[in-house]
Amino acid sequence: MFYGVKLGSRLLLGTARYPSPAILEAAIKASKAEIVTVSLRRESGKGKAGQSFWSFIQATGLRVLPNTAGCHSVQEAVQTAHMARELFDTKWIKLEVIGDSDTLQPDVFGLVEAARILSEEGFKVFPYTTEDLIVCERLVEAGCRVLMPWGAPIGSARGLNNVYGLRALRAHFPDIPLVIDAGLGVPSHAAAAMELGYDAVLLNTAVAEAGDPVEMARAFALAIEAGRAAFIARPLEPRDMAVPSTPVIGKAVLGGL
Amino acid sequence: MRIFLNDDAHDVEAGTLAAALERLGFGGRKIATAVNGRFVPAPSRETVKLAEGDRVEVVAPMQGG
Repeated sequence: MFYGVKLGSRLLLGTARYPSPAILEAAIKASKAEIVTVSLRRESGKGKAGQSFWSFIQATGLRVLPNTAGCHSVQEAVQTAHMARELFDTKWIKLEVIGDSDTLQPDVFGLVEAARILSEEGFKVFPYTTEDLIVCERLVEAGCRVLMPWGAPIGSARGLNNVYGLRALRAHFPDIPLVIDAGLGVPSHAAAAMELGYDAVLLNTAVAEAGDPVEMARAFALAIEAGRAAFIARPLEPRDMAVPSTPVIGKAVLGGL
Repeated sequence: MRIFLNDDAHDVEAGTLAAALERLGFGGRKIATAVNGRFVPAPSRETVKLAEGDRVEVVAPMQGG
């Protein structure tokens, strides 16, 4: 449930870096995603890319979550959010304020400031953040009702870098929808996120740049479903000593005569 | 009068943002605009006047993650 909108799928899919629009379309279908992320970029008077992408997105009938990718300042992110709201006709914004070009680590100070400005202006902010507990508290204070901590740097395919931190975040915010955004590589990463009790996963590169993006989209969908089911089924806690699964009582005594 | 649209210099007659966009091929297109770093909502393009050296940004929907 994001800002009062109930969804059937726990996978949010990015639309960038696919080999072709046809593969993107098939991957979206295979993923069963109901939200796709989009962006906005400069276009010339002769350019057709933006218009044809817009027609494509409309034809899917899916809900869109525009991002402020590439923005490095509060001012840039806020102005981009306004342009996105008009272009895509939605108050939802995936807020990115990037602090470092190598790791694409969020500038969490700028992020909190931009989140406050945009929330006050009526936006429904989905902040791309680190898993820092206090930063996330500030984001909630600023008006965010969804948090999107990174698993690992965008596009790095490393999975969940800080499982301890992500688990602590889940425990700290039992009622705020939490989405792992970025850094996943394989479906087991997504399953692990769901087993931690995360509400959803946002993917792009792991699907788009797989050898077969459509099959990978399907694999992630299955993993997310499995991980969620496992979380609901309350997994065992790991322990150090063996516990026999087969009952010992009633075992025939056959040796030691 | 010289303006910069997405960093490219263009000579346009003095007038509104809407007029400049029409002239540069953006009429009826799905775009969003900003002038000198500030978002200009579509309905305001008719009233915002451009000045020499203004920096206009025109963006369109694009794939994103």
